Amino acid sequence: MFEISENDIAIDALREQMKDPGAGGYCVFEGRVRNENEGRMVERLEYEVYEPLAVKEGERVLEEAQQRFPYLLAFCVHRSGLLEIGDCAVWVGVAAAHRDEAFQACRYIIDEIKVRLPVWKKEHYAGGDSGWVNCERCASVLRQSKDQNGKGS
Amino acid sequence: MKTITVRYFAIFREHAGVDEETLSLDVTSAMDVFERTRARHGSSEPTGHCKVAINDEMAEWSSGVNDGDTVLLFPPVAGG
Repeated sequence: MFEISENDIAIDALREQMKDPGAGGYCVFEGRVRNENEGRMVERLEYEVYEPLAVKEGERVLEEAQQRFPYLLAFCVHRSGLLEIGDCAVWVGVAAAHRDEAFQACRYIIDEIKVRLPVWKKEHYAGGDSGWVNCERCASVLRQSKDQNGKGS
Repeated sequence: MKTITVRYFAIFREHAGVDEETLSLDVTSAMDVFERTRARHGSSEPTGHCKVAINDEMAEWSSGVNDGDTVLLFPPVAGG
């Protein structure tokens, strides 16, 4: 299941949802707001999300992960709105029978979420100015990594 | 001519100065819409990492547009 949240991500509650008696492995990724990007001090950031399509695409990513790395449970929440340094911006949890599927599905989900969802990040810098982050570099890194692994998109 | 509603997001919205506008355009594809609006608002963003949706479905730049469609122009995304 995939959700967009305007509020703090309720990590403890999410963790409780990830219990399955058949799960021998549980892998979680928390993306957090960092105080620096490309040499600039970041004070806070805001996410703009086009929710109707972000949810649709997020659900599609979870389905793809299920086909590639069969898991028992997966959940992903992405924030929208204004976030402070250290806040959780995105949370991915995967429970699977074995650790390998849990790790791989979790990695697949976060990598795809970063480059496919209609989500835009605006950084607010220490000097008072701000700028939209262009994720071209992470997209090319992802493609490179897939090419090396011999996997398509 | 087709009546197309164009929706802008993030930096595209800042360039356009509006969230959306309805235009009468002589266009056949999503790419045509992008080029017309880019010229209209003086944006220089290449399509390389941009995405497009038509009527809330992800589309290709070569996808056809019909009279009454809503075209959503997405600048390079940056989730996570």
